[in-house]
Amino acid sequence: MVKTPTVITGTVGMDAHVIGTKVLSRALREAGFKVVELGMQVTPEEFISVAQETKADAILMSSLYGMAELDLKDFSKKKMEAGLQDVLLYIGGNLVIGRYDPKDVEPRFKALGFDRVYPPGIEPEIGIEDLKKDLKSRGKM
Amino acid sequence: MNDIKLLIDFGSTFTKVVAVDLEKIEVMAAARVPSTVETDITVGLEKALKEISEKTGITDLNKRKSLACSSAAGGLRMVCIGFVPELTSKAANLAALGAGAKVVGLYSFKLTSREIEEIEKIAPDIILLSGGTDGGDEAVIIHNAGMLAKTAKKIDNIIVAGNKTTYDAIKNAFKNSGKRVIFTKNVMPEISVLDTAPCNKEIREIFLNNIIKAKGIAKAQSIVGEIIMPTPAAVLEAAKLLAEGCEGEAGYGELMVIDPGGATTDVHSIAQGIPTISGIAMVNTLPEPYVKRTVEGNLGLKYNIDSLSEFTRGKKLPQHFTEICRSFHEGQLPQSSEEITCHLFLSRVAVEVAVTQHVGRLEKVYGPTGEMLIQYGKDLTGIKTVIGTGGPVIFSANPREIMEGALFQKENPLVLKPKYPILYLDEQYILYAIGLLAQIEPKKALLLAKKYLKQI
Repeated sequence: MVKTPTVITGTVGMDAHVIGTKVLSRALREAGFKVVELGMQVTPEEFISVAQETKADAILMSSLYGMAELDLKDFSKKKMEAGLQDVLLYIGGNLVIGRYDPKDVEPRFKALGFDRVYPPGIEPEIGIEDLKKDLKSRGKM
Repeated sequence: MNDIKLLIDFGSTFTKVVAVDLEKIEVMAAARVPSTVETDITVGLEKALKEISEKTGITDLNKRKSLACSSAAGGLRMVCIGFVPELTSKAANLAALGAGAKVVGLYSFKLTSREIEEIEKIAPDIILLSGGTDGGDEAVIIHNAGMLAKTAKKIDNIIVAGNKTTYDAIKNAFKNSGKRVIFTKNVMPEISVLDTAPCNKEIREIFLNNIIKAKGIAKAQSIVGEIIMPTPAAVLEAAKLLAEGCEGEAGYGELMVIDPGGATTDVHSIAQGIPTISGIAMVNTLPEPYVKRTVEGNLGLKYNIDSLSEFTRGKKLPQHFTEICRSFHEGQLPQSSEEITCHLFLSRVAVEVAVTQHVGRLEKVYGPTGEMLIQYGKDLTGIKTVIGTGGPVIFSANPREIMEGALFQKENPLVLKPKYPILYLDEQYILYAIGLLAQIEPKKALLLAKKYLKQI
């Protein structure tokens, strides 16, 4: 039997740019995922408790306002205490202030515990393909 | 006859007794004699009580109704174990400190056999085991319980305050281990939520019922009343009462108590610590406890003078500083004017560093609207009351100069120390007694404190 993976979407912290996460949630649903759509301004703690409650397989965060690094300080540690080590963690958007080279930013977010980091304006399909690949390699799809 | 209460502190160096007249609300007499825990604790106690009888002229003191606290025989020594250092380990550490313990070991993640050996060597009075939020991680705390179950017999008191989902498995792990295992509520039930009160209660209970007996302190109970808490907990209770007041008597409001000693410098704050300037974001992985106690283990005026003098780098040193430090380490008390200058200087540094560690700080970051300030820890700039206690301040030639080390410094504006507080000195050394008395007569305890705390 093939399990339908559960994923959580939302914008993190005080970020209210909700369009990207809406588009992504719709694409994920169309691709057959069960999507728990938290919308905008979701606290890191909310992502964690919803992941525990829904036994989610992945969390896909968006952030456009440049403060994600601060919002997500210690997020991976909190995820550990919450027993969510196996939950995949993706993030995409304008992750730091000003113009930047995504190549410089990716390692910083990887160090925060993110499995995949995307620049702004990316097609949802790319992320979804990565997600399927990662879930399959973990035997969750 | 007047209502007289004896309040006793069995310290590591001194046994102190204060006789308080509860009708007149005044200190009748105080005595301070060397502690005799190593041989027979009652010897020193009897001597101190005799001194009180002589001073008050009362021969039939009601000793049975006295209250006592103790930090003798090393104090309440605890090892705290959690999962992530910044989360459950820190939460456990805060809980133990808040209960007046001396944290002699702090561990995170899965314990190794080497760490277990280390813990056996430390031989703490109590181990506090946490890990995982409720419903969160199970693997680490269960592993650690399994490791602790195999430890030597001397590791006998364990409080479990972690992910409640694991409690059945942990109970199983300790079956037939012969250890006293107490289960209480999680110190961090949810991410970023701290709940230390239930843990605090269990620590006190074990202290009361088991630890003082094991340390030979309980023998004193054949003469006086119960030893109800560790001394640092009594000081913390006093701080709480002084801040909050009680029915019919207002307190001082949010405050800080600084207690430098021979081995450590303790700082207590009873304050929310929320930002005092607008537009500041707070970032705390764990919330700061309203009643917060920190202990700087490397800032002592006698035993830890070497590590304390490390903090004097870059400062202008008094004359013959190094030689005089050595003599303090050997137990010499400051007498000559040079020695007094050195002692003052060191005490001030201890207070400066300990308060800097205790309070929060601001950090500049750049956000979408330009420069922003982020606050870590408590903002104590607005605190109106700072109280000094402990030998090095009380018996100092210039307590005010030492206490000023607690104040905000213009050259370090991002360190959130009190800006314009009124400074008080616990001149009579009665803060512990106030904390003890607060348990039965809070209003009288508060009035007594207000009468004897001296503004400096």
